[in-house]
Amino acid sequence: MQKRNIIDSELLAITIERLCHQLIENHGDFTDSVILGLQPRGISLAERISHKLTTILKKKISLGYLDATFFRDDFRKHETPLKANATKVIFPIEDKRVILVDDVLYTGRTVRAAFDAMIAFGRPRNVEFLALIDRNYSRQFPIYANYVGMEVNCLESEKVLVELKEQGLKEDNVWLIKKK
Amino acid sequence: MQGLSVKHLLGIKGLTEKDIQLIFETADNFKEVINRPIKKVPSLRDITIANIFFENSTRTRLSFELAQKRLSADVVNFSSSSSSVKKGETLLDTVNNILAMKVDMIVMRHASVGAPHFLAKHIKAKIVNAGDGTHEHPTQALLDAYSIRERLGGVAGKKVCIFGDILHSRVALSNIFALQKLGAEVMVCGPVTLLPRYIKELNVKVELDLKKALAWCDVANVLRIQLERQTIKYFPSLREYSAYYGITKSLLDSLNKEIVIMHPGPINRGIELSSDVADSRHSIILDQVENGLAVRMAVLYLLAGANQ
Repeated sequence: MQKRNIIDSELLAITIERLCHQLIENHGDFTDSVILGLQPRGISLAERISHKLTTILKKKISLGYLDATFFRDDFRKHETPLKANATKVIFPIEDKRVILVDDVLYTGRTVRAAFDAMIAFGRPRNVEFLALIDRNYSRQFPIYANYVGMEVNCLESEKVLVELKEQGLKEDNVWLIKKK
Repeated sequence: MQGLSVKHLLGIKGLTEKDIQLIFETADNFKEVINRPIKKVPSLRDITIANIFFENSTRTRLSFELAQKRLSADVVNFSSSSSSVKKGETLLDTVNNILAMKVDMIVMRHASVGAPHFLAKHIKAKIVNAGDGTHEHPTQALLDAYSIRERLGGVAGKKVCIFGDILHSRVALSNIFALQKLGAEVMVCGPVTLLPRYIKELNVKVELDLKKALAWCDVANVLRIQLERQTIKYFPSLREYSAYYGITKSLLDSLNKEIVIMHPGPINRGIELSSDVADSRHSIILDQVENGLAVRMAVLYLLAGANQ
């Protein structure tokens, strides 16, 4: 198994800062905009982005957690049921500009399920998607990210592993792993 | 993720503590779902479930049906009073006929103890026991324990007393199993004629005095007097039962602590519970009903969710 570091702590901080400024370009002071982190791994990233935006804009950003497990299309394709996580959206998203946040954009199926999950909380004015890593050549749905931390060209046999301090680790790292 | 250790939900006895915790964690997520503006999720959209009720039921059946619909399953209902069972068809034939119509899951209530266990041996579909005679009623016990966990923050170490007709109650037996697996202390309290003869073998405390039992417990789960199951007289009159075992507001006020009041319904107001107790802030009876929906959604989701 080969493991190559593609983002370290320092680069991640720069990337998040850049993504925040790109968001501000489009969303201004975030009056009508909300951030939804996708469970389970998108929420730490969403928290960091919202924290950074709060520092830059000096105002609180609406942040929610969205779990798409019950809306997935691979239900009953696994040996055991898919484990659900908490959804916490305490504000209405009706007529809001929603930014979905996840760590890796891979097949696009999670994002498709997230659209269905999100609609339960209202009809947003528009929806954008932010991904820390965009895996090229692996999309199974016509879905793209509006904001991308890093584009990675990788094969089906490779894996992108995002490790964040919030998982109890010492360092932030993103690895590209070659299976065998 | 680990799934349940069982293929069917026949009773609490066959579940592990881990299974129960998994059901609770999943129910937490469904409780959030059923409080959304749009309460439906598509998880079971390609599953067909038959609700087969050989005994009367209002809330359990409604709760199961609503849980199935909230999960987008296709639902068919069947009650014995309007079926060919009256014409002499056997249980296995009835169920096999339903399964021939490509049904994936059966939710069954039956007056005979062990009916769902019998079916589980003979058919392929997944089975959820919605009550078998005086034996078990697993989803009721799960929702009761879930409601205690919600109100008191946990079940382990809590003192729970089950009041009333223990002898005829499947709710009592399933509750005892569930609460003990989760680490609670369990007591039963009722007239001696309504306590099973070998109750002590279940490692529960037995108390005949209502006041002493109330003083001991953190949670009182009060059962209904099941006149329909009583073939002989177990106590002189309902009035006398109510005088000795009816829980009233003045009794609760005389305790120097707050206890949680539960009831699986339907309540006989003025017999086992007075109205002011049933409607008081101590009572979590309606929370139980809401939690029942979330817990049943969790059970159906976990049983149907694996590709077996």
